Amino acid sequence: MRQTRFTTWKLGALMGGLLSAAAIAGPAMAADAGSFPDHNIQYIIPFGPGGESDISARLQQKYFQDITGQQLIIQYMAGGGGAVGWSQLNEMDGDGYTIMGTNLPHIILKPMGKDPGFKTEDLKNFFYFHYSPDALIVKKDSPYKTLDDLIAAAKKAPGSVTVSGSGTQSANDIANRRFESMADVKTTYIPFKGTGAAVTALLGGQVQAEWGYTTTAANHKDKVRMLAVAADERHPLFPDVPTFKELGYDMTGGAYRGMAVPKSTPDDVTKKLSEIFGKINQNPEFRQKMEDLGFVLIDVPYDQMDDFMAKRRAEYEKVAREMGIIK
Amino acid sequence: MDTLSFMAAALSPVNLMLAIVGVAAGILIGALPGLSATMAVAVLVPVTFGMPPEAALIMLGAIYTGAIYGGSYAAILVNTPGTPSAIATTFDGFPMAKRGDGDLAVTLSTLSSMIGGLVGAVALLTLAPLLAQIALKFGPVEYFWLAIFGLTLISALSEGSTLKGFIGAGLGLLLSTVGVSVIGADIRYAFGSQFLLGGVETISALIGLYCIPVLIDLVATPSAHLEPPEEGRGIRFREGLSLMWRGKFNALRSAIIGTAVAILPGAGGSIASLVSYSEARRTSPRSDQFGKGEPDGVIATETANNATVGGGFIPTFVLGIPGTPPDAVILGALLVQGFRTGPEMFTTNVGVTYTFIGGLFIATLLMLPIGLLIGRYAFKSIVSIPKALLVPSIAFMTIIGTYAIRNNPFDVVVMVVLGVVGWVLSRYGVKPSPIVLGLILGPIAEQGFVQGYLMGNASGSVAGAFFGRPLSLAIIALVLLSVLFPLWRAWRTRSHKETANGH
Repeated sequence: MRQTRFTTWKLGALMGGLLSAAAIAGPAMAADAGSFPDHNIQYIIPFGPGGESDISARLQQKYFQDITGQQLIIQYMAGGGGAVGWSQLNEMDGDGYTIMGTNLPHIILKPMGKDPGFKTEDLKNFFYFHYSPDALIVKKDSPYKTLDDLIAAAKKAPGSVTVSGSGTQSANDIANRRFESMADVKTTYIPFKGTGAAVTALLGGQVQAEWGYTTTAANHKDKVRMLAVAADERHPLFPDVPTFKELGYDMTGGAYRGMAVPKSTPDDVTKKLSEIFGKINQNPEFRQKMEDLGFVLIDVPYDQMDDFMAKRRAEYEKVAREMGIIK
Repeated sequence: MDTLSFMAAALSPVNLMLAIVGVAAGILIGALPGLSATMAVAVLVPVTFGMPPEAALIMLGAIYTGAIYGGSYAAILVNTPGTPSAIATTFDGFPMAKRGDGDLAVTLSTLSSMIGGLVGAVALLTLAPLLAQIALKFGPVEYFWLAIFGLTLISALSEGSTLKGFIGAGLGLLLSTVGVSVIGADIRYAFGSQFLLGGVETISALIGLYCIPVLIDLVATPSAHLEPPEEGRGIRFREGLSLMWRGKFNALRSAIIGTAVAILPGAGGSIASLVSYSEARRTSPRSDQFGKGEPDGVIATETANNATVGGGFIPTFVLGIPGTPPDAVILGALLVQGFRTGPEMFTTNVGVTYTFIGGLFIATLLMLPIGLLIGRYAFKSIVSIPKALLVPSIAFMTIIGTYAIRNNPFDVVVMVVLGVVGWVLSRYGVKPSPIVLGLILGPIAEQGFVQGYLMGNASGSVAGAFFGRPLSLAIIALVLLSVLFPLWRAWRTRSHKETANGH
């Protein structure tokens, strides 16, 4: 008897831990835009838990349920900086009940270099909902009070100013290249694994500045200062921090986040999803929570996606050429 | 209100119940190979959104504590670390179980985990801001030297041939380079496979390298998996207590090492338990018994890995930088709840923080009765279950567990292949632990080296970057000590023998 009980015990624990496996095995229902969605939707984040993609998705969860009565079930499929997830998306069920987070510049930059297993144009993005604007950050006690201070130091001794950031050929790396060519300076960019490690290097005084986001600054408000923000307007959380535009550098951008469905998903269902996530973006409580964390909300629905992507692509292609990603 | 009254708030009936449920759930999830503490926390995060922040934090902390401790069950009873931080628990825990002392090993692990957890929580309560400042002093160069120090432990950890230990570590280092590199974004050893882009997942490798050989041996040998215990024996609590008393300095030292390593983001529980294990072995009068079922080995690793729970929360709360992977998930949950980490956690949000720390203490104490109860049951089941049922059950769990880490079927393939390779290699004396150590430390060493090199170039002196800071010099001294000590000891025993022969 003891043996049977043991097996049940194991199975019970396994089931509890593996809601996700059950969700995958769930029946693939025929899509019908009228009553869509009539059961829970699984939302795959192609990164590990705890990052900004995860946090912003978690914030959407509650309002998705308020609007549709169904739940968004978040799962993770980390690996290859998102490539592992994106390369598998189009093989998943295209019934609208599987969606995946997608990120810019990742989905455009990765396929430019070597083959990461997916193509940018094969991803059927249906809504882009926010971005974390790039920001050049220094420690509170840094001698660089303004962007000009840092530029002056970099001009004086090219390559001596060290700047940390998350990863190579990432949003941060690109921001640094764009900044270098606009300000005509040379810095030393030091890639770290993730924003957390990059900001640790800044706080520990290992580097003089960090390419991060408004969200990073919001998270470490008491210890850091932003020199400039790559957004169109000043961020409501930081009314005193100038934008790059104000200072004469035409730089807006950052890490954009949105969602995609498998290619086989019917258009009416895709549009419905775009509408639902558009509604979430209009919720004042959701907006407030996102802004408090330092995000900037944008609305790019399904029918404007192609234009939006084409614009971003043109921006990144220019930098990618300079960086030698495209040869 | 003062600290104590906030901590007492954790004692409300609802919070207490959440702590009990959290600990029990954590132990079960942690005990299953592949279902790690990170996953346990991530699965339960949505459940906590509807709760008040204190209750949510208490539950998450309890699950985390329970899961780290639960990892020792699989390590002791089936030789598979349930979480990476239980790797070193297999060294002595499994030999103990094999000779029929599995119940004693589980009791020891429970007591040690509780002590380690308490030390970590005390450090979090009293020294958090100070320790967080120390953590910031560790830059890329220090991480590089720390990883090198970790690699030198191979000579202390490998049984038998040190050379074979280094062969294993080299293999691990090579495996760690598979996929897209963090620095440079080069694609290495992916052979055109989109799955290999993500690299070799550490936990899949762990499961494969440790669990598959056990399964093969179970099928290949006619003898029972574990020696059955004598009838009518209890949980051997008294015996456990007296062993704990004997190893009290070991336990304290390991708990301090665990806390200290955990405040360094990215280093984590696996390194903490390996360092304290090798320290315990080095200083023990019975060092030749280590690896053959020495209770002090279990005590060292299990106090150390539970001390990382409290220790890891220090950078998480004070700096907003997660100390361990589960901390990253808890940090995310805090942000969604609308809390900001940093000094605010100890000023405006002090109520939540201290209630949480109180909850962590309660969860750690609860681990003793709950752990002993579940542990006894787990031990008896594993011992009495027939092999025909045990083997497929473990095999099933390894596959599900591996798949669940990243929802990636290819990880299962990697796990099985590494398992078979590991089995063959271990027949030739190359044990899994150096391979895993190489796999874990490889990226830390590589990134630290390249970052340090870039920083050195920017400042005009690469040598200055690597050898010019007091902290790096201190770690280099540790490296030298760790390399030279075994050589010195071998030389001494040899000269002793020679003198003895001369007479």
